[in-house]
Amino acid sequence: MKLARIKAITRKEFIQIRRDPMSLAMAFLLPLILLFIYGYAVTFDVDRITTVVYDMDKSSLSRELINEFTQSGYFTVVSSINRYEDIDPYLDSNKAKVAIVIPHDFSKRVRTRRDTAIEIILDGANSNTANIAQGYIAAIAQRYSQRMSSGPVVPLIDSRSRVWYNTELKSRNFIIPGLIAVIMTVIIALLTSLTIAKEWDRGTMEQLISTPIKPVELVIGKLVPYFVIGFADTVFVILMSTELFGVPLRGSVSLLLILSSIFLFGGLSMGILISIVGRNQAAASQMAMLSSFLPAFLLSGFIFSISNMPGPLQIITYFVPARYFVTILKGIFLKGSSLKYLIWEAVLLTIYGTAVFLLAVKKFKKRID
Amino acid sequence: MFERIKHIVIKEFIQLFRDKRSVFFLFVTPVIQLMLFGYVATFDVNSISTAFYDLDTSSESRELERQLTSSGYFAVRYRPSSPLEITDLIERGKALCAIQVNSGFSKDLKRGIPTQIQVIIDGTDSNTAMIAMGYVNTIIARYARENSVSPVTPVISTIDFRTRVWYNPDLRSRNYMVPGVVALIIMLTCLIVTSMSVVRERETGTMEQLMVTPIKPMELMLGKTIPSAVIGLFDMSFITFVGVFWFNVPIKGELYFLVLCTAIYLVPVLGIGLFISTISKTPQQAMMASFFFFQPAILLSGFVTPIENMPRIFQYITYANPLRYFLVILRGIFLKGAGIDVLWPQMATLFTIGVVVLVLSALRFTKRLR
Repeated sequence: MKLARIKAITRKEFIQIRRDPMSLAMAFLLPLILLFIYGYAVTFDVDRITTVVYDMDKSSLSRELINEFTQSGYFTVVSSINRYEDIDPYLDSNKAKVAIVIPHDFSKRVRTRRDTAIEIILDGANSNTANIAQGYIAAIAQRYSQRMSSGPVVPLIDSRSRVWYNTELKSRNFIIPGLIAVIMTVIIALLTSLTIAKEWDRGTMEQLISTPIKPVELVIGKLVPYFVIGFADTVFVILMSTELFGVPLRGSVSLLLILSSIFLFGGLSMGILISIVGRNQAAASQMAMLSSFLPAFLLSGFIFSISNMPGPLQIITYFVPARYFVTILKGIFLKGSSLKYLIWEAVLLTIYGTAVFLLAVKKFKKRID
Repeated sequence: MFERIKHIVIKEFIQLFRDKRSVFFLFVTPVIQLMLFGYVATFDVNSISTAFYDLDTSSESRELERQLTSSGYFAVRYRPSSPLEITDLIERGKALCAIQVNSGFSKDLKRGIPTQIQVIIDGTDSNTAMIAMGYVNTIIARYARENSVSPVTPVISTIDFRTRVWYNPDLRSRNYMVPGVVALIIMLTCLIVTSMSVVRERETGTMEQLMVTPIKPMELMLGKTIPSAVIGLFDMSFITFVGVFWFNVPIKGELYFLVLCTAIYLVPVLGIGLFISTISKTPQQAMMASFFFFQPAILLSGFVTPIENMPRIFQYITYANPLRYFLVILRGIFLKGAGIDVLWPQMATLFTIGVVVLVLSALRFTKRLR
């Protein structure tokens, strides 16, 4: 292995990247766009749930109850209706997700201290929203009943819930650290998957083969420039997350950067391997897209938690490097975890990176056939 | 004219099936995606890994633990013996939820003295945390009600909030996700098939050959889009079949209506595919452009996260997204059994967007051919 040859390849790659400003722009533009959309538009926070009210009672007490709902901030009354049948069209056409029905003897029964029931209908089509809405309704019901029962009642068992790490339960804090893993996976796969396929397509591979360069030198030489870009990208995305979106970064920045580098090394080696196996650019880009985006998005625990998946799929997730990176990112960002807690992930990422790198070197044959 | 379109369509199908890679792409990727989304994309929260720190070790605290596990939402996997251990379990992400019952819990309960239970929840995953918190509070409240031998319970009217869930009473995420996958896969497949088929001709140089034949640009365009439309309809039937028979997703609406709506949805999708073909020179660019369009289109459609919770400006953007309307239609047909009387506004908008996009793309497409 000669350093001079690696340097020559690296310099050549840098020149080629400079000549193709489109790809370079994409390396920074795609993360920016994805961060913006995910950061602003993708939120699991449920509020302003559209609600219709069928108030048969129309008393001050029933109005107070409705107020309790709207003032919580979670429900927005879009309309009041006067017939039970009118609920159907609202829920059918998605104009409302919740309907509250207050019986005509509501206030009378409350005043005379008799039991009464309020009917609440939920649109369960979106199960997640419905689930969370149910939690809100239960809380409002408890608060209202307590207020109506004249004088404070201490609940017999007070469950004191405390939330750690993401105290306000903001979904942005949960999405963005994981998103960094998805973005980086896709970007580095797209960037590197074409580098060797390009040489074949353009016919410059023959020239490379006729030089004394060894496979390992070529792979390293191709890795270095993309590593530099990928690293700059990572720093850029981390800065955006903390500065623009206010995601807390509680752990050590240097640990984050070191572990990111290990992940980058594995991802870039994988891209080069795809490029070597794929041979032409179209095949390589398709393989890169399939092997990077879907697993990183679905099987990394980025949004959908791994413990809820069926057993066989959980086993597959162990082979998705993004899984470990997502754990690392969430740990360092939100929990401020130290290396002690992330050692397992770090070791596995290192093994993965080395294995893929060696495989890429082995698969690259200096032969025309 | 029909004769010429027919020949192009036949040629396209021959080309599609001759290439093993594209056959793989057409038939295997939808299956993988459907399986992944069907199994993975679930927000159902159950078997939450729980640490139960019991300082009381009484029959009462054991009963509470039993109620937590028998609900199915919590799986008590750890029994820490110190608060420090709780911290460690949560820090390592092994337990998502820790419940601490203080000593004296059973004594307080028997005497009717208010008592406390500490619940710690890992908020990293805000969605799961929110749902877990709801479950814990409900279970503890029920337990308190059942075990209140307390004389201090005041005589008041109880207001019973009876919640009923329509359309998806078991609140299964799968019922929500699988219909959405129909829209997703049709879009992905049609975008790539349409744009690739045009770009490939350009790249291999066979476009010139096509141009010297008497075929008119409009006919060529139809010949290129019809195969994609057929594939799109095939994908729809396939996913619906698997969704209903494998994933047990209900389909309450009419099947012919589903086919009609899919046909309407294909108009804008094919239009976008054609547009991508006019802006890309190589297959790789077509792939990239499809991905660039596809990503924001999924995110801004209400596929996973509801549109109402997005900031205003993003909500306005979603109005231009055909996926948004088709998702409402699909979920309406599958879960609500909705028909044309409810869904006509979505259908009309989808069709209008489709015609506009298709006409614009067709103009650009024919102009580039001349």
